[in-house]
Amino acid sequence: MGLEVFWFILIGVLWGGYFLLEGFDFGVGILLPVLPRDERERSMMFESIGPVWDGNEVWLVVAAGATFAAFPVWYATMFSGFYIALLLILVLLIVRVVSFEWREKRDSPGWRATWSWANTIGSLGAPFLWGMVLANLIHGVPLDYSHAFAGDFLDLFSAYTVVAGLSVVAVFALHGATYLTLRTAGDFRERAAATSSRLSVPAAVLGIGIVAWTVVVAHNRNSRGILPTIVPAALTVVVLILALGLTRTRRSGWAFAATALGAVGFVATIFTGLYPRVLVSNPTFANSLTISNAASGHYALQVITVVAAIFTPLVVLYQSWTYYVLRKRLGGEAVQSPLGSRRKGSELAEG
Amino acid sequence: MITVASTVVDISRVQFATTSIYHFLFVPLTLGLAPLVAIMQTLWHRTRDDGWLRLTRFFGTLLLINFAIGVATGLVQEFQFGMNWSVYSNFVGGVFGAPLAIEGLAAFMLEATFLGLWIFGWNQLSPRLHLATIWIAALATWLSAYLILVANSWMQHPVGYKIVDGKAQLTSVGALLSNSFALTAWLHTILAGLIFGSIMMLGVSCWQFLRGRNVELFHRAAKLALIVAVPVTLIQLSVGNRFGAAVTSAQGMKIAASEAQWNTCQPCGFSLFQIGGFSAQNPNPTVSITIPRLLSWMATGSFDGKVQGLNQLQAQEQNAYGPGNYMPDVELMYWSMRVMAMLGVAMFLIAVGGAVLYSRRKLEKARWFLWIALVAIAFPYFAATAGWILTEMGRQPWIVQNLLKTSQAVSPNLSAATVAASLGVFVLLYVTLGVVDFVLMRRYARIDPPQVGAGGGFGAATGVAEPARATGHGGG
Repeated sequence: MGLEVFWFILIGVLWGGYFLLEGFDFGVGILLPVLPRDERERSMMFESIGPVWDGNEVWLVVAAGATFAAFPVWYATMFSGFYIALLLILVLLIVRVVSFEWREKRDSPGWRATWSWANTIGSLGAPFLWGMVLANLIHGVPLDYSHAFAGDFLDLFSAYTVVAGLSVVAVFALHGATYLTLRTAGDFRERAAATSSRLSVPAAVLGIGIVAWTVVVAHNRNSRGILPTIVPAALTVVVLILALGLTRTRRSGWAFAATALGAVGFVATIFTGLYPRVLVSNPTFANSLTISNAASGHYALQVITVVAAIFTPLVVLYQSWTYYVLRKRLGGEAVQSPLGSRRKGSELAEG
Repeated sequence: MITVASTVVDISRVQFATTSIYHFLFVPLTLGLAPLVAIMQTLWHRTRDDGWLRLTRFFGTLLLINFAIGVATGLVQEFQFGMNWSVYSNFVGGVFGAPLAIEGLAAFMLEATFLGLWIFGWNQLSPRLHLATIWIAALATWLSAYLILVANSWMQHPVGYKIVDGKAQLTSVGALLSNSFALTAWLHTILAGLIFGSIMMLGVSCWQFLRGRNVELFHRAAKLALIVAVPVTLIQLSVGNRFGAAVTSAQGMKIAASEAQWNTCQPCGFSLFQIGGFSAQNPNPTVSITIPRLLSWMATGSFDGKVQGLNQLQAQEQNAYGPGNYMPDVELMYWSMRVMAMLGVAMFLIAVGGAVLYSRRKLEKARWFLWIALVAIAFPYFAATAGWILTEMGRQPWIVQNLLKTSQAVSPNLSAATVAASLGVFVLLYVTLGVVDFVLMRRYARIDPPQVGAGGGFGAATGVAEPARATGHGGG
């Protein structure tokens, strides 16, 4: 396996990490208008993601930076081509970022409500657009012979890409709900669990639909065989069906694991379907960007490979440790890790 | 066609400049205030004196209000290379992308994660470990600045690369990371950050004195601010000067423009102030105050050094790179340099003045000085903005010095209308956020520092959560 392929996979992993992590903090933001009964509960939801959202978002920064470093042409074409979509994402993310810091800085109901809504709008809009953007990589956009984007904003909209955006929102909402069942206790947790079991149905329908559709799109638009793409798609189907059951039986640790894999599954299916291309051109397929025609020089790839080999495990280590440190449930006394000793924790909270 | 294309370039340049300048209003305060807050928390940890804890929380809150916008605009910085400058990104990605990717993975990840732990971890971590989180976050901001400046310095002074098929490819990571330009720029930036932090701390303390509040407590803050500000503003004058010499060898045009030096001179006087003399047609100022030989010394280290003039450099560049205008905006460069340098000197004098008053125990009573120190909070903002205008616009017409011109670097698919609309969106957003940020900073700089033991809920509610009394000193 060449370094180019390694970096294609690593960028997929970074996107997967972003979807897994920021997925649940987006989900919590989406649920802000529906789940809390009062300001105290709303603050608790903010606190559940307050310490970690920034670290989660850096996975996006690294994914974009890695694309720039390893595949400059891909970065250049994708970011200039998706200009308006990315502009909207930036606005949504910026408003959301400041909402975390600023919401509690004035004791006025209108002020708090403003920033809560800002957070929700960012949490709905950004994943929708990211879903659309990733789906467009495989669905194809008009590229000219020099691999420059030759379309406009409306070219990004198709039934497939819009459904992809909606699916990501639905799966993230569910992922946020299962996260809250792990991080909270008492009555609020009961409601979060009930919400997660209700949300699991649309999330499963949309999530299963989109990975199946991706297999078809990869075949039709990217001349991929059914076999490789169907593997991550099938696994995604399995975890989303499991999520249906696990949210109903209130096994919140396993349910969270299932929704996390569901969020990652979409990215895995897209990247598997995309290989060996990084951005499909449509209608002129021959203009597609591939792993080999978009990659950086070998030496630069070697350098960033060494850096990634050292720091990626470190990042996983200290971010996991962060979740361990902040494992205490909010709004109750029970203590557990969001990622460990799940059954015991859920029994505790239910008992 | 040509006019439309140049419009896209122009609007993209305005947008890039707006975002970069805006981003750098928030970043240096983080670079400077983070270690200062870490020092205060360390003092609390060592002395167990609650005053330092109150100051840690007070300035920590200002740090976090400011930090949020820095993070948000950092994202725009990373995206806008590809969005607006796809030809540039395509050309430089094989070199320039690596430090950006490394910054995200090695520095920003550390900074974001550990700052989150610091905000919310007061009661979850042992005091020693909790103290470590703010130090790790502070050092990560410095590492982050280094890697970003490695990337920027490559645009000013490209090293460690070769051109393959019309694109830059990295050939030596050692050369890239040890670019002399980057090391000096980093030192200059870290010192700027410490000036931001210490001048802000001094100004806020003086404001509290003016209002007659918490005098005893802010006396300590002012002392710490002065201990940092005096040496740092002094060293910055020298480093800034050294940076000028580095620029002279790599980017002669930038220095010639910033001195409005039309013709080669030896020895060269330093112009303190001048009226006119900013165009090739009228190169002689009508009024000017000049210190003999000073420019020679600043640019070359010798009082007899030779500094090349704009006209001579223009002729050389035309020989080397073909016809065209290779001069940046001379008047803008001249005044940017002066605003930066004079504010640098002013801040040094303010720091020394404060230290003298402090040592005579008159600081909190010298109302004239308190007002000056309060106003001086704005000085580093203007100095840093002028510095970046000089750095970036002084490189024009190049986007990468001598390798790629800005006019050829823009994304070919963008229309002027699209970029104008996005510029409008960003300006609206930045102004709104800037106003909110200013109002919040002002409000939290005026309040009394939170009393220890007064509670205050969880982290986000009060900015920096209060440690529980039971565990606060447990492991210290």
